[in-house]
Amino acid sequence: MSTSVLFDAPGPRGRVRNHLITGISALALLAVLGWMVLKFNEKGQFDGKLWEPFTTETVWVDFILPGLVGTLTAAALGAVFALLFGAVFGIARLSDHRWIRIPAAWIVELFRAIPLLLLIFFIWFLSPDLFGGGDYALFAIVLGLTLYNGSVLAEVVRAGINSIPKGQSEAAYAVGLRKGGVMRLILLPQGLTVMMPAVVSQLVVLLKDTALGYFIVYVDLLNMGFKTLPSVYPGTKLVSAVVIGVIYIVMAMALSAFATWLEKRSRRSRKTTARPIEPPGAVAGLPSGRPAPDGAVV
Amino acid sequence: MDELIQYAPDLGEGFLNNIKLSLIIAVFSLIVGTILAAMRVSPTPVLRAAGTAYVNVVRNTPLTLVLAFCYLGLSDTLGLIFSTEVPLTNSFWLAVLGMSAYTAAFVCEALRSGINTVPMGQAEAARAIGLTFSQSITLVIFPQAFRAVIAPLGSVLIAMIKNTTVVAAAGYTVDVAAKMRETFDTTGVSIPIFIGIVLSFLVLILPIGWYTGWLARRLAVAR
Repeated sequence: MSTSVLFDAPGPRGRVRNHLITGISALALLAVLGWMVLKFNEKGQFDGKLWEPFTTETVWVDFILPGLVGTLTAAALGAVFALLFGAVFGIARLSDHRWIRIPAAWIVELFRAIPLLLLIFFIWFLSPDLFGGGDYALFAIVLGLTLYNGSVLAEVVRAGINSIPKGQSEAAYAVGLRKGGVMRLILLPQGLTVMMPAVVSQLVVLLKDTALGYFIVYVDLLNMGFKTLPSVYPGTKLVSAVVIGVIYIVMAMALSAFATWLEKRSRRSRKTTARPIEPPGAVAGLPSGRPAPDGAVV
Repeated sequence: MDELIQYAPDLGEGFLNNIKLSLIIAVFSLIVGTILAAMRVSPTPVLRAAGTAYVNVVRNTPLTLVLAFCYLGLSDTLGLIFSTEVPLTNSFWLAVLGMSAYTAAFVCEALRSGINTVPMGQAEAARAIGLTFSQSITLVIFPQAFRAVIAPLGSVLIAMIKNTTVVAAAGYTVDVAAKMRETFDTTGVSIPIFIGIVLSFLVLILPIGWYTGWLARRLAVAR
């Protein structure tokens, strides 16, 4: 670890100490794992009968796949609309006209500050009053995801465009481009490279947030795994939680890995000299461009 | 407006429960997050790997799943029970457990990225002038890292407060979101109630954002 800011390269005594700590911590971690396995075993969670349903076709075809389709539908629709919302409001916040800029800023700040579940509940209860009876679960989730994640993405878009060196737009104006042309031909193409990693990280958050459908009985992975499956196969609560947990983690990690790959690619990119922006923190009222830790938006 | 006035005491009680949860979770997640961050920057590969694995798994799991897992998995199936008499006390601590475990991963990442903002040259200079390990940590690295961590930690705190609305998944059904839902079930949707609850969250959240932002700017290390 000679590259660490905290530790110098260890000497002979340091190496011995490090080996000792490695041994002790490995034992401690093994003990924790062993204790967990013991607890699981004590309650009979390794019983083949509990895991058996997951090897049958019906469980996957009738329960898990429909749930997965529900989750992915909500995530895909939410992502498309949130990207649109984010692009429109991000650019609106950069407008030269105060009557566009200020309302856009208010909307973005407001929807970033409302807890998403409250928003989804509100839309879910309000929709039947406005549009008549029907099932509004998917609508409520997609609209809620759009408003919240769209607002966060609007900040990403704004930060991305702001991060392009000023000389770029000055040069574009100097060669005679107009406002629309500067944005469309110069700022957006460069900004896109810079903002892509942060956008994909936010899509991971969006995917995770689809699980809020659990509360409004939307047929998604979480409802299938926690409510429907255990009611059909008694006693499988924990087991099915583990299975769907793995599915969620694999999906989110794949998307996260994609974001990391994009960031590396964008760092090497010769399309722009601007550095990729960090995913924004969920703080209302902070100036943009402030580096937040990756994944600060929870 | 009448519904808001009529249900305000009940909803206010729910909101106080959210604040109570937030305070306790903030303490626990800071402690656990610091331990995790220490693991992730330690010179011991085993601890680093364990910390990284924990953070990656927890960060990529929906909070709702974590809480439901605590409630239905840990408590119902494995028999982790904090209170046998009062179910709500049990689910309160399950919610604290789940949310602390979840938030700690984000606290860890904020702290770690804070340490990473300190340039290598600072540590090298500290070693070069003969500071010991503990001196260079306490006099050079942590003071700089701490300043870089304020704003991100503020974001994590705000996200955590907003996330307390999800605790009904752990069976704690007396928080403000569950109460709002209950109220809507009885009276139908009420716009004043929604606006009232949103405003209470804004009043709680915005000052934290402003304060941590102001503090971070004021203490920022000039580089």
